[in-house]
Amino acid sequence: MTKPLVRPKRKDPLKKTREPLLPHGQRSRTALGLTAAAAEGRFALQVCTDCSATIYPPRDACPRCLSLRIPFKDVPNGGTLLAETTIRTSIDVYFRERMPWRVGVVELDCGPSIVTHLHGDAREGERVRMEFKLDRSGQAVAIALPERDTPNMADDPEWRELTCDPKFRRVLITDGRTGVGQAMAKALSAAQASIVFVGLADPWKPFPGEAALKAIERVEIVPLDMTDSVSVDDIAGEIGGRVDILINTAEHVRAGGMIERKGLNVAREEMDVRYFGLMRLAQAFGPALRARGADGVNSAAAFVNLLSVYALMNWPAYGAFSATEAACLSAAQSLRTELRPGGVKVMNVFSGPLETEWYQSVPPPKVTPDALANAVVDGLRRGLEDVYVGDIAQDVRTRLAVNPKAVERELGA
Amino acid sequence: MPVTVPYRRYSTNTAHWWIGRAVHDVVKGAGLRPTDIDGLSVASFTVGPDTAIGLTQHLGLSPRWLDNVPLGGASGVVALRRAARAVQCGDAEFVVCVSGDTNHVDSFRNMLTTFSRFAQDAVYPYGSGGPNAGFALITRHYMRKYGATREDFGKICVAQRANALAFPHALMKKPLTLDEYMTARAISDPIHLYDCVMPCAGGEAFLVCREDAARSLNLPYASVLGTIERHNAFPDDPIQYRGGWAMDIDELYGMAGIKPDAVDFVQTYDDYPVICMMQIEDLGFCAKGEGAAFIRSHTLTADGTFPHNVSGGQLSVGQAGAAGGFLGLVEALRQVTGTSLGAQVPDARIGLVSGFGMITYDRGLASGAAILAGAGA
Repeated sequence: MTKPLVRPKRKDPLKKTREPLLPHGQRSRTALGLTAAAAEGRFALQVCTDCSATIYPPRDACPRCLSLRIPFKDVPNGGTLLAETTIRTSIDVYFRERMPWRVGVVELDCGPSIVTHLHGDAREGERVRMEFKLDRSGQAVAIALPERDTPNMADDPEWRELTCDPKFRRVLITDGRTGVGQAMAKALSAAQASIVFVGLADPWKPFPGEAALKAIERVEIVPLDMTDSVSVDDIAGEIGGRVDILINTAEHVRAGGMIERKGLNVAREEMDVRYFGLMRLAQAFGPALRARGADGVNSAAAFVNLLSVYALMNWPAYGAFSATEAACLSAAQSLRTELRPGGVKVMNVFSGPLETEWYQSVPPPKVTPDALANAVVDGLRRGLEDVYVGDIAQDVRTRLAVNPKAVERELGA
Repeated sequence: MPVTVPYRRYSTNTAHWWIGRAVHDVVKGAGLRPTDIDGLSVASFTVGPDTAIGLTQHLGLSPRWLDNVPLGGASGVVALRRAARAVQCGDAEFVVCVSGDTNHVDSFRNMLTTFSRFAQDAVYPYGSGGPNAGFALITRHYMRKYGATREDFGKICVAQRANALAFPHALMKKPLTLDEYMTARAISDPIHLYDCVMPCAGGEAFLVCREDAARSLNLPYASVLGTIERHNAFPDDPIQYRGGWAMDIDELYGMAGIKPDAVDFVQTYDDYPVICMMQIEDLGFCAKGEGAAFIRSHTLTADGTFPHNVSGGQLSVGQAGAAGGFLGLVEALRQVTGTSLGAQVPDARIGLVSGFGMITYDRGLASGAAILAGAGA
């Protein structure tokens, strides 16, 4: 039985903040196939095209038939925990301060045996479910979970080390004026975040949903103008050391491609809100996030970007907007590497058109703000790095994997 | 010409020094000149970036036969096997088989992170418990499957310590009781402190030549009655409970023309006591799963009913890297030639040595065994 997490006490400001350390993150190039699967929460292993053998650890030839055609594929994740051990001494500095640490070996139903982290409720001799997660180094590791959910299972220390669960963490939502920002505040509060800071530019200006937003439990409104570096720096100076999860909800959606823009004003504005806004957040909040990656059970955990799936391939109907989103995606990739020394994840959440006023003329399916907020909470709880929300985002993702050129033509049709 | 360079817990010397010293001692001890050495076999984890070829120039040897044996705990048996074949076929006259490793303060940790691609990708990120954790899983599974207990493993360790007390090069100098074994600090359950070897620096070596050459040099010698070698045996076992010996023992005893009961003492590879138990089973001294019962019904000291790891094994002498794969073999050569530095098994004429090495993912991959006979056998 997992012991429920106790709300962490207020931190003693005189105490040294524990420096973030990382588990060993070096992997062979082939093993990065597991990292790709873990980033999206899939359980994928290499499967031989010629003899159907499932293969682990990652290899470059099939150990059954020597075939070189062994792509990663999603496979069933059931297995049996053959043996477990509790490691009490480790020569690695990261694990040393997290001892004791349980690991085991699981015989997978699909064939191979896998050395794995163990959830506290996984029992020797019993059935388990396997998942790949990104550890603090950003690389994939396996963890065995009990076959059925158990009470408080998300509070297990090995599991929580691999996830970004908002429970008892403090969250900053950068813009509460939008439907997405408000849905996000509601979802994060429901996910037991201990404080939900919600940013508002010009807080004295009334807006729809204001009363409901302020009524959400544990919401604290803070002044934050994403287009103003001084404003971003000021609020970071005030709450930066207490933000464990940052969710950037600032949005700027306008239709039209390059020619229709007629000048640069709108384009500058969208770059200011989105791309420069992201950079302001990274500069103001990044250092504290990175320094607090190992700061107890409510350590800094994640920086969440909400991105249009058209960051991956331009949608000319919203062509200039897509370009801005692509800039944000590229910046987020850089930020991901920059935050890694702290073990802090950058989670990119891709969605198609949202059910908001700026996509009024776009036919369904569209993603509601609630669905987007729930996907963010789910992604944090699972420790994901790339999340595709809704049918359109999934569809674009799948098609891109097959033929990006086709997607370019089809989006322009 | 068995040589042990006395072990040290930590050494500021390089692996080249330990290997060089061991080769020096063999050459001098055998009354040869360096130019007489026309075969060299090297096993070392820490001699990098060099391998055997770099050592030829480093040591000023010009061999016409050269081998590099990166097989850890199986390196002794495999080096012997290949060297004997080379001498038998006339490819070399005098082969020095040497293993040596240094142990700097941080070298064990550095070795673990880069030990193998599978270790890097699929073991080390899981708690970084090193071999202790990997063998804890194997031990735990074996205990559940066959009912072996910690006391059974303890009996192996305690007997080896008793043997080591007579062996001058053993790093462990104090007696060990079963009670101390049982109450020792847990390392990675069910592995406790005295189940683990102590990494150290050291070197081991021996000379392989024709029988008439040994006689003309007036050297005590042993003959190879039979050897086997097997790698990645039983790849479909979901977790290791047997090793490659089980595939090849008929060949081993057939070649030697003896049965297990003709063996006077056994030197198993003892990185962890569960592996000793597996070897005792897989080498035919009892049936699979009966290792624990076998241990219970025998005394394992040099003067016992089943003399086992009679110089103390790695568990009590120390594990000098790849030299750990030579230790049992080198001592067996001393035993069958009546030149033991410590406890001498009475009338030791035939000894069985086995090797086991390289846990690159979840199991030891290399296994081998050799049956040696002294001149009187």
